[in-house]
Amino acid sequence: MGKLPLRARLATTIGGAAGRVSRMTGRGDGSVIGGVLSLRVEPDLLKLLAADRRIVLVTGTNGKTTTTRLITAALSSLGQEVASNAFGANMEAGLACALGQARGAPFAVLEVDEKYMPAMLTATSARVVALLNLSRDQMDRAAEIWMVARRWRQALAAAPNCRVIANADDPLIAWAAGAAPRVTWVAAGQRWHEDSWCCPECGSHLRRDELGWRCGECTFRRPAARWVLDGGNVIDSGGRVSELSLSLPGRANRSNAVMALAVADFFGADVAQALPRIREVSSVAGRYTQITRRGRRIRLLLAKNPAGWLEAFDVLTHGTSPVMLSVNAQGPDGKDTSWLWDVDYRGLRGRPVFVTGERRLDLAVRLEADQVAFELADGIDDVVDRVPPGDLDVIANYTAFQQIRAVVGREG
Amino acid sequence: MAEQPESGQPGRPRPRRGPGSLRLIWVYPDLLSTYGDRGNLLVLKRRARLRGIETESVEVNSDEPVPRQGDIYLLGGGEDLPQILAARRLRDDGGLSSVASRGAVVFAVCAGYQLLGAEFGGAEGEQLAGLDILDISSARGERRGVGEIIADVDPALGVPRLTGFENHQGVTTLGRGTRPLAAVTVGVGNGDGTEGAYDHQVLGTYLHGPALARNPGLADLLLSWATGPLRPLEGADEEWARQLREERLAAVSG
Repeated sequence: MGKLPLRARLATTIGGAAGRVSRMTGRGDGSVIGGVLSLRVEPDLLKLLAADRRIVLVTGTNGKTTTTRLITAALSSLGQEVASNAFGANMEAGLACALGQARGAPFAVLEVDEKYMPAMLTATSARVVALLNLSRDQMDRAAEIWMVARRWRQALAAAPNCRVIANADDPLIAWAAGAAPRVTWVAAGQRWHEDSWCCPECGSHLRRDELGWRCGECTFRRPAARWVLDGGNVIDSGGRVSELSLSLPGRANRSNAVMALAVADFFGADVAQALPRIREVSSVAGRYTQITRRGRRIRLLLAKNPAGWLEAFDVLTHGTSPVMLSVNAQGPDGKDTSWLWDVDYRGLRGRPVFVTGERRLDLAVRLEADQVAFELADGIDDVVDRVPPGDLDVIANYTAFQQIRAVVGREG
Repeated sequence: MAEQPESGQPGRPRPRRGPGSLRLIWVYPDLLSTYGDRGNLLVLKRRARLRGIETESVEVNSDEPVPRQGDIYLLGGGEDLPQILAARRLRDDGGLSSVASRGAVVFAVCAGYQLLGAEFGGAEGEQLAGLDILDISSARGERRGVGEIIADVDPALGVPRLTGFENHQGVTTLGRGTRPLAAVTVGVGNGDGTEGAYDHQVLGTYLHGPALARNPGLADLLLSWATGPLRPLEGADEEWARQLREERLAAVSG
């Protein structure tokens, strides 16, 4: 992290100022606007800012923000500053801003949008890339996931100095990492199978059983994993078993934690050292946050796509406490709501269900088809008025989640 | 066994149902199921059940033979490579072509719709052989058609205005052996002002939403092809779909 050339220093100054103005005027956290301006001044800024640092890129459909946070917490146990784009600005501008704001940090953990990973790998010469999962998401915006996997595979095969830490239980991830020279396989689990019934190598039907997945025709099969998520425990590469006991709820977060532990271990922070820091994380960018509002304990869960909804249902408060579902279809959410029909809502039967958001009527038709009783509502305060004091879980997709947070406050 | 055409409907096989339940066959969901296509199956099941018609549904994976005794066959949407694999396997299997020619109902969306034709475009722009069940031919277009679509259905079918969401880069040309499903008022569809295509009891469309969730009238058309005329549903059973349609039509044209 030597001195930056003059133009790059100017770029980070301008970007930093713009970011501060953005935060002060309440427009946002300032990361994207700052980064965009900086890159206009110095297009190679990211490469310059990344030089001489140990950088981790985190990518996948679900879990990027949380896993980035967990890795950051784990690496902080090494006692040195860790830069990160903690608020989820995961394209080039966001990465530049995160690095620009922490010039002295020897480590950086950066979440990267799936489509941009190859370019960001080149720009940052990242030391580690963590591949979490791939599933359908925003079909009107996202590139097809097979194409994403193919581009990852090509990019990683051409990055011989990069260590890939990859979820062996996801066939598309295993294929994307399969040509990379240095891979640490993590059996992080996979609950959503619907995007991986087809072998990425030969196209045949994939078989699944207790041992994992394998192609029925060719030799492509689940690689042996050195790190394993086993129920509530992690088994590390030395075979030691530790109980995770996370503050974050649900299977998906245990999966994210095991990936984070494998990354931290690579940099010399073993489970004994890293896990306590990971346990301290109890909410991430507003998710899992519990907010009390007029006697109701509201828990906010973000779910953007079918795989994410499946994990959110896993985390609902036990019993028959009420649930509010909120779905929008603005640009960042994906404008096509067909994906609602890939979610199985039958598990909600027996709970009071409230349906809100710009596309609540799509949700209504969907729930009716699954014979789930529900009521339409006009937003979080309307639902708070209609439920008794006690627990209320809220599952919302991207912009709906932001709107609810804006109403109830951005605690956590 | 040849079907006798019903009087008044020359050329159309009599609606045919096996003993007991209506059999719904979802073909290759492991390859073609990227856009909530399961919803079309769920809507058909619901609307049949509300009329007291039992249904039995089967999901046939791409390494299994296509059953020959189904009443309604569904094909969903998917990515380029799965579409190519599905077309190849279905050609080798022969089952879908065979059931279509004996009068089974076939409903296909997007990638599934394209592969019913004589040919369709591959990932690199090459032309690939389809199943030749519908007289259509598709190719990769220059722009992606993405967004809400509204189209008015061929009056002969008696189906209300279609609303849905399209997301495809294909352009489809209809031959003389098939009719357009609808005329586009908002959106792209086939690319020439029409959307979808049908011939006897085979119907294809670019509409997602899913198509049958947004267009219960279209779901009832398909069901009636298999079961004969259906009684209308109670208003209460139609209410949410009605409100959704109204909201979507207003959002797009308003």
